[in-house]
This record gives sequence, structure tokens and C-alpha cells, in this order.
Amino acid sequence: MNAPPLPAPRSAPYLNPYVAGIGLGLTLLTAFVTLGAGLGASGAIARGAAAAAHAVAPAAVEGNGYLGPWFQGTSPLAHYLVWMAVGVFAGGGLSALLARRARVHVERGPRVSARGRLVYAVVGGLLAGFASRMAGGCTSGQALTGGALLSDGSWAFTMATFAGGFAAAPLVRRQWR
Amino acid sequence: MILSTFFGADLLGSASALVVAGLLGVAFGVFLEQAGFGSSRRLTGIFYLQDMAVLKVMMSAIVTAAVGLRVLVAAGLLDLSQVHQLETVLAPQVVGGLLFGVGFVTGGWCPGTALVGAASGRADALAFLAAAGLGSLGFAAAWPALSSFAREGACGVCALPETLGMPAGLVVAAVAAMALGAFVLSERLEARARARASS
Repeated sequence: MNAPPLPAPRSAPYLNPYVAGIGLGLTLLTAFVTLGAGLGASGAIARGAAAAAHAVAPAAVEGNGYLGPWFQGTSPLAHYLVWMAVGVFAGGGLSALLARRARVHVERGPRVSARGRLVYAVVGGLLAGFASRMAGGCTSGQALTGGALLSDGSWAFTMATFAGGFAAAPLVRRQWR
Repeated sequence: MILSTFFGADLLGSASALVVAGLLGVAFGVFLEQAGFGSSRRLTGIFYLQDMAVLKVMMSAIVTAAVGLRVLVAAGLLDLSQVHQLETVLAPQVVGGLLFGVGFVTGGWCPGTALVGAASGRADALAFLAAAGLGSLGFAAAWPALSSFAREGACGVCALPETLGMPAGLVVAAVAAMALGAFVLSERLEARARARASS
């Protein structure tokens, strides 16, 4: 059974990518001059996971060398990146609803089952979660934010991300065609 | 008047900063969704040279923010000490970047776009997010073995103007020129992909 074509015929067209990029850049600039910090996403996911793990095994999490400091006298969720992620979810959902692009489904190519596509998503998520902690951020916190700040390490991260992506792309293309 | 930030005032953890971060997140999410990044197929299109939206949006955003930042600094409105500067730790950033790229193309999402995808109803985005949380915990579990590697190649706040010995304005101009080149190349690649699809 083939996946239905996307975007659905009724949905609004995407915004011009250059216009969307300028809007994103102005959002990042506003973050620099108000928060004094850029955008981020992976930090919030790690903090959410740490809070969930803490509910199950508080001693182990607080004793962990990487996660422990997030719990010293505070909650890992009382952090600007967590609130930003809640905002991204709300803004993304609102925009998808208004553009009639919100629909519960698994996006995939015709030759892979929904379950198969979910396996790709889980494997990719495990890797991306691990790697973003190693690198200290992701496409938002390193590539966009550090890129605009002209950070050496962020540009190295961005180049490495594209290298890794292009190298692995042929191996995982089956999920799309 | 010099702009003062929450970070500069050591108030990034304050309730007002959290609210501002939430509002910025809403704008971030709207632009990601409007760019079409609630779709994995569109996001990963760059790795097959089919849909170059990721490169166009990223480079436009970086150039916009970098130019804006340097203009505010040059105009004397903002001191860079008011903005948290990222530290460079080369080895984990390169190895992490490589792994992250593999995770991105395999999973079809990166963390920010997966939030948008999940909000748009994509079950695969939700699976990616849950797995990314587990992957983060995996890194924490491996911390005793990884903590020394995580400092390998640490150079403090190292930025391109100092490293290249060029004025910041010139570096930003070079990044903008690189972006323009990337845009021209992207349009050509997409035209080629369209021609192939219709033939």
C-alpha cells in the first residue's frame, strides 16, 4: 500500500526558502540581542529525557557526571532551551494547522512499510541524540547559532554534518523511493 | 545606548528570560514549518541533490544573523560580551558532526525540525524525538569513558576572524559570498532534478 502523496492538495504552498531563512535569521538575531544566546533544540530533548530518567532512577541520574549538574538546586526543565522547544512545538503546530499540513501519519516512500520507516527514525534519533551531546548542540545550537557567531568549532561541526549525511545517504535512501 | 541581554545580566535563568525564549521558539517553529521542514522528505532532499531548501534556509539565516550582529556591534549598540559565545572543542565537534549527519539522514529529522514534525502529526518525528532522548542518556551513561575525549582539541572561544587573521566584516562578507555561490548551485541542481523527473 503506497503512502498518500504529500503535501495534500489542499495545503498551502511553502514559504519561499530565502524568505523563510531571513525570517529565521531575524529570529536568531532577536535571540542574540534579547536573551544574549542563540537558538537550540537538542539541549531541551536531553533535558526532557534526563527529567524522565530522574523520575525513575533519581540517584543514578544525580550521580552521573554529565547529568548531575543539571539537578543541583534546580530542575533541568527550568532552562531557556526547554521553553524554547515548547515554543517551537507550539509555533510549528500552529503553522501546520493554518497551512492545512497537520495530519497524523508516517511520511515514507512507496517501498517501505510504516514500521520500517519508524525503525529508520529510531536509529537516526539514537545517533543524533548521542552525537548532539558529544558536539554540544545540533543544527540549531551549533550550525545556525555558532555559524552566525563565526565559531570555529561550529563551522567544523556543520561541515562534518554534511559530510556524514552525504556519506550515509545512499545507504538509507530506500525509505524514500 | 548599549543593548543589555539576559545573559549579560546573568539572568538567563529568570522567569522573564524563559518567557522570551518561549516566544522566540514560537517564531522559530513557524519559520521552520513554513519552510517545509515539517516534512522529512523535503529535509533530506539535500542529501540526494533533489530539494536544496535546507541549504538555502540555513545559509540565508546565518548570513542575516551574522550581518545583523556585526552591524549592531559596529554601530556601538551591542557589545559581543553580551552574547554567549560558543566554545570550540574540535575533536568532539567533528566526530559528533559526522555521527549527527548520519543520524540526520537516517532518521529524516534533526532535533528542532522533529519538534515541528511531531507538532504536525508525524509519528516518525515522535519516534525520532524519543530515540534522541535515549541517545542523549546513552551519551551521559558513557560519560566516564568519553569525558576526556569531550575536551580533546579544546581551544576556548575561537572564532574565524582571529583564526584566519581577518577582520570580522571581511569574514562575514566571505560567508555571504559563499552563501550566494551555494544558492546559484542549489538552483541549478534543483533545475536538473526537475528536468530529470519530467523526462
